[in-house]
Amino acid sequence: MRDWRYTLAAQRGTLIALGLFMGLFALYVAKHPAGFTANVVQTAANKGAILAFVAMAQTFVVLTAGIDLSAGMTFTFTNCLGSYIVAGSTPTALLGCLGVLVAGSVCGMLNGLIVIYGRLQPIVTTVATGSIYYGLALWLRPQPGNSDNFNSDIADLMTGKTFGVVPSALVVLLAVVLVVWVPFRRSTMGRAVYATGSSEVAAYMSGVPTQQAKFWAYALSGLLASVGGLYLSFITYSGEANFANGGAYTLYSIAAVVLGGVSLFGGVGSAIGAIFGALAFRTIGDLMFVFELDPLFQPLFQGVVLLLAVCVGAARLFRIRNRLDLFA
Amino acid sequence: MDAAAPLFRMEGVSKRYGGVRALEDAELTVHGGRVHAILGENGAGKSTLIKVMAGVVAPDKGRMTLEGTDVSFPDPAAANRAGVVCIFQELSLIPDLSVADNIVISNPPKRFGLIDRRAQRRIAEDALARAGGEDIHPLAPVKDLPLSRRQIVEIAKALARKPRILILDEATSALTAADVTTVFEVLKRLRAEGLALLYISHRMHEIAEIADDCTVFRNGRSVATYQAGTKSDNEVVEMMIGREYSHAFPAKSAPAADEKPPVLEVRNLSWGQRLRDISLTVRAGEVVGLGGLDGQGQRELLLALFGVTKGLTGDILIDGKKKTIASPRAAKSRRIGMALIPEDRKTEGLMLAMAVGANLSFAALDRLSHWGIIDRDGERKSIDEVIRLLAIRTAGLDVPVASLSGGNQQKVVIAKWLMVAPRIILLNDPTRGIDVGTKQEIYQLLRKLAGSGAAILFYSTDYSELIGCCNRVLVIYDGAVRRTLEGAEITERALVASALNIASEPAKADA
Repeated sequence: MRDWRYTLAAQRGTLIALGLFMGLFALYVAKHPAGFTANVVQTAANKGAILAFVAMAQTFVVLTAGIDLSAGMTFTFTNCLGSYIVAGSTPTALLGCLGVLVAGSVCGMLNGLIVIYGRLQPIVTTVATGSIYYGLALWLRPQPGNSDNFNSDIADLMTGKTFGVVPSALVVLLAVVLVVWVPFRRSTMGRAVYATGSSEVAAYMSGVPTQQAKFWAYALSGLLASVGGLYLSFITYSGEANFANGGAYTLYSIAAVVLGGVSLFGGVGSAIGAIFGALAFRTIGDLMFVFELDPLFQPLFQGVVLLLAVCVGAARLFRIRNRLDLFA
Repeated sequence: MDAAAPLFRMEGVSKRYGGVRALEDAELTVHGGRVHAILGENGAGKSTLIKVMAGVVAPDKGRMTLEGTDVSFPDPAAANRAGVVCIFQELSLIPDLSVADNIVISNPPKRFGLIDRRAQRRIAEDALARAGGEDIHPLAPVKDLPLSRRQIVEIAKALARKPRILILDEATSALTAADVTTVFEVLKRLRAEGLALLYISHRMHEIAEIADDCTVFRNGRSVATYQAGTKSDNEVVEMMIGREYSHAFPAKSAPAADEKPPVLEVRNLSWGQRLRDISLTVRAGEVVGLGGLDGQGQRELLLALFGVTKGLTGDILIDGKKKTIASPRAAKSRRIGMALIPEDRKTEGLMLAMAVGANLSFAALDRLSHWGIIDRDGERKSIDEVIRLLAIRTAGLDVPVASLSGGNQQKVVIAKWLMVAPRIILLNDPTRGIDVGTKQEIYQLLRKLAGSGAAILFYSTDYSELIGCCNRVLVIYDGAVRRTLEGAEITERALVASALNIASEPAKADA
């Protein structure tokens, strides 16, 4: 009878992120000279979708109470790979897309294996592997570029408008949610990931396969990062081993999951929240543009918003009665 | 005992942790349809026994049989599959998941490869009903439930795994009397259904009410098995004690008999449900022990005195004057002069990766520095002093403290606090897991410190230490002082009996 209240409480972080995004986006289109038109939404969707994919990637690892600092580099590497192999006839290019996704998943699996069997902290592991993935990207694309017969038909299909109105980016995002996130959330493996992140000891004692859970979380993280990389190839028709860009995506993805209500302590949150967190984070940048503020202030402005959001999340600390719990 | 074939048998099971024998040739026979109680004092081997049965630790040797066939459990999941399910004390619930998610955690119902939430809901509701928790909403997150409701969820979770042997490890320790009645009805029904129940509790009246068989453990051995009701409380206590005294203790000195107010006095201290109305005094030169079974609030009491907890009620008086202690920093200030030797030296006592010298001077840094600059020579001198005083064996002051032996690490923790010259010293089980030689040195040191006028509050899980070191012992039970033992009254029999909250020893009992 009171089911909906519990469901609502469980989705609170996601709903807050949704509200934040809707508020910011309404402000954006209201101020935009062109207003709420298909083109404005399409441009925003394309930019937002890339960060949304990387934020989803980050979500899987953060749910296990880890952190993936290689997400942006996996993204960069798969972008460069995509600029080579999404080429030729449509069937060959589709096979190339698949290859990109497999490469990304392998990156994630490698992270997972090192964290589980090397017993290294996720933060150290992914800094190191991230550097490796960036090295691969640089090796593939010392200079930005694309393959001569890059298949721009698929790219245009994925980044244009479906039925002439709906931005394809949103359709792809929805498809990824339905194919990857929803089954994950409802699978035993998904539940094991949440359990491991929430309390690894309790999960182990309950017979939950904690190591497998971590492995698949990292693998899915790599997969989603490569979806982002692939999507960047679709938008730009090219690949670029841009170190600053990769690093920025890593950090923004962490900002997006936090805005989206995913707890850095693990076990709480959802990729849907992270998507809205990413879209909201992107919109903050766009707001600078429509309000004609100096773009130099963008990092400062984004930082302030992020800090405020995190402060709200830390309110629980006021209720602690044993100060040692502060460090737990 | 009935003649039917036993459901589960354990023979000659042994387990060592380093040099410590946790279990030695343990024997246990469990029958279906009976409640089997396990008794024993701290460190008698009860928890190791359970861990072996539940697949958490592997025994060094020995065999276990289930219905006559040999079994071994490499992990908890294997034990569950065989039908051995353990309810640990608030350990195995996942705080961020819902009640229903937790109940089916080890084997969720599936449909087309995905979790079937409707079936999960049904299983959770059934299990909650069987466990007497119909009022708990299956969608509520576990972290929002009070402790007593969580325990009911633990039981429901265990039942959802269709156990044949259900182990309850202090399962009622967090429950109110009304909840215990509910749980007992559930347990009696399960017994009638043919389950074997293994019941570990320190509440003797609960054991008397529910147990059919009892096994007593002492020093890792199963010393006796008998039918419930055939032994008196006194006989049970007799079986539980009998530990050999392998340590020599320094002679006790009496506190100075002057009119000064006690250095530390506590009046009616309470903290939520964990500490109830505790009053105590410690005079200069006195060693006061805290006894009782592990986890009855002793640790919380020490933390509360040291300014770690929020929301305390009651008064703390230092030298007869009311003081507020807001943080460990305030506690160690000259105004109060308190030191706490923590229980877990690896996390609360030492910065393991840092050098021995740096660790030693941490607590006293403000005394060793002028205007924020550390006086190197002064630091060196005080460090040399305590190293000599405690005979700390280290390759040098610059080696990481992690490279020292456990006993020497513990000495560093103690020495670090002696450098602030505390007048009140709180010790939280300081000799756990260290060698006999170092233990002796610590006992000597405690006496020396008391002799020079310190007031010492000493919690130990080792009863022989309390007997050998303390002028008085307060036995804590369920967050309250159950009994005070003084002088010759401090015997193992009295400690065990009052720790279990039973009135043995009709003579010279209550002080």
